[in-house]
Amino acid sequence: MNGNPAGGVSVMPSPGAAAPLRLKVEQASYAYSATDRSAPKFTLAPTSFNAQQREIVAILGPNASGKSTLLRLLAGLTKPLSGRIEIDGAEASELDLRTRAQRIALVQQESELLFPLRVWEYVLQGRYPYGRRLRFESGEDCLMAGNALSQVGADGLGERWMDQLSGGEKQRVILARALAQQPSLLLLDEPTQHLDIGGKVELLRRLRKLADENRYTVVVVTHELNLAAEFSDRIVLLHKGKCLRVGTPAEVYEGPLLEEVFQAPLEVETRMSGRPRVILRGSH
Amino acid sequence: MRPLTPRRIILICAGLTGVLLIVVLIALRMGAYSISIQDIAMTLFRGALGRRDEILPDFWNVVFEIRLPRILLGILVGASLAVAGAGFQALLRNPLADPYVLGVSSGAALGAIVSLVIAPRTPGAIQVAAFVGAALTVAAVYFLGRRGGQLDSATLLLAGIVMASFLSAAIMFLITTLSGHDLLRGMAFWLMGDLASPPPTRDVLEWFGFLFFVFVIAAGAIYTTSSDLNLILSGEQEARHLGVNVNRVKLVVYISASILTGLAVSVSGAIGYVGLLVPHVMRMIFGTDYRLLIPTSVIGGAIAIVLADTLARTVMGPTELPVGAMTALAGAPVFIYLMRRRVR
Repeated sequence: MNGNPAGGVSVMPSPGAAAPLRLKVEQASYAYSATDRSAPKFTLAPTSFNAQQREIVAILGPNASGKSTLLRLLAGLTKPLSGRIEIDGAEASELDLRTRAQRIALVQQESELLFPLRVWEYVLQGRYPYGRRLRFESGEDCLMAGNALSQVGADGLGERWMDQLSGGEKQRVILARALAQQPSLLLLDEPTQHLDIGGKVELLRRLRKLADENRYTVVVVTHELNLAAEFSDRIVLLHKGKCLRVGTPAEVYEGPLLEEVFQAPLEVETRMSGRPRVILRGSH
Repeated sequence: MRPLTPRRIILICAGLTGVLLIVVLIALRMGAYSISIQDIAMTLFRGALGRRDEILPDFWNVVFEIRLPRILLGILVGASLAVAGAGFQALLRNPLADPYVLGVSSGAALGAIVSLVIAPRTPGAIQVAAFVGAALTVAAVYFLGRRGGQLDSATLLLAGIVMASFLSAAIMFLITTLSGHDLLRGMAFWLMGDLASPPPTRDVLEWFGFLFFVFVIAAGAIYTTSSDLNLILSGEQEARHLGVNVNRVKLVVYISASILTGLAVSVSGAIGYVGLLVPHVMRMIFGTDYRLLIPTSVIGGAIAIVLADTLARTVMGPTELPVGAMTALAGAPVFIYLMRRRVR
């Protein structure tokens, strides 16, 4: 498992750690094309990394590097062309739909609602995988939805309409619906995209806290190099459909490597905390 | 948090059913032959007990032969159209969708007109031909509306609109070339909708039994997907992530809503606005949850059509308007009001 063919450094838990693996990605690859017969338009070369509970993994890379494809694989929405992706020991793409939704929650950019919905109705949707066909929400479901709302600091929003929320509030409510699923793996696709810097920091602090306190494993696709360095335990760096590096932020953040991947004059310095920081070099 | 409970659904539906019963009584009362509420009640009561010999022949005729079958047909058609409309609005993720948007009514009309030409005197031929026309249209739109093996809302909508305009053109072509036939009355019926045509069989009870059976199966199938539809309405991708089998749900709704539309159109022509407006009005009153929206639309659709047909029979009396003219007359302003209101 240590030999990463893409040249990455696989970070294994320290020998003393007894916690079982939450997420195990083993040589997972993918290719898709416009039609069945044409040559693949995009491929994701075999990628491997692991994650335990309470860990935040950041998937980094420029546009079209394969981040979203990898996230879809992790979510079990598509089956990898080769290799395996296991959540708590079960192959993600083979789980039945509801079991999968009980284990994996995926937060994407919100899509537009067709008819107005109250915040609490929206969060209760996260309880769907636990219900039977027509089942009406139980007291327990309401409790879970209420907990989810308070975990994201949105207790007061329950009665508001979804289309009356600010960007930051909406992001928290969407996260609350994912938490209501009580997943073990929480996947987020560019969750900071529409937030200002205050909102971004607040969201990542919240994710850090959720991972620490509730044992979630969090995987975030993001463009925010510095926030990823600050808050994540593990970085997966993708470039043109290849996994270049896997490791702690300090292991992955190297000036020349980042410069090549992101095509920008970048410099990496190490802060007192030991975490790296990326800065844009002055010369234009 | 006030999650929906079965109790709330039952209470609301009981209230609406009360309204429907009042509307039915009014519909039985109104018309060229005047009959008092007491006489209606007595006639219904004795009829229900099978004591026909105690009922005045005039009363029996007016209540059981003329008005009640028409009311029952109205209830069936209104309920079918409203559920189909609610289903199509979710399936196509488009609030402006109605049961006819995919061309089912045009297919039914074409089938009916062909049968008027080929077999004008055969009882039941029109209904069967209309249903076949609707079914063929549904199948064609289904195959045109798929993308990557799955039903795609936008593609389906486009395929349906193209199919509808193509079929309308075919109808115009037929009418122009066959102008020797007496098709005008038939055309008004298929384009506007009308509840006046008698059932195609002698055994009225059996005919209604069959229609209601089909209705219950198709509407029930849609109802089983109502919690899935709630999620699909807030995003198809997200519904998938939450564990909804989106493709299966879409197929069930597509087939069932098409059957309901085909059923309604083949017995009463294309009555407009009910399938579009009733779900919206119910949404405004009772909220967007499909577990409540479907049953309230069933009763609301029935109320709307029985009311509209009663007006259509009486406002110009003794001349009758087609019920579709009445729903369009009342529906268009309501629709414009709703549309303006949405803009905020």
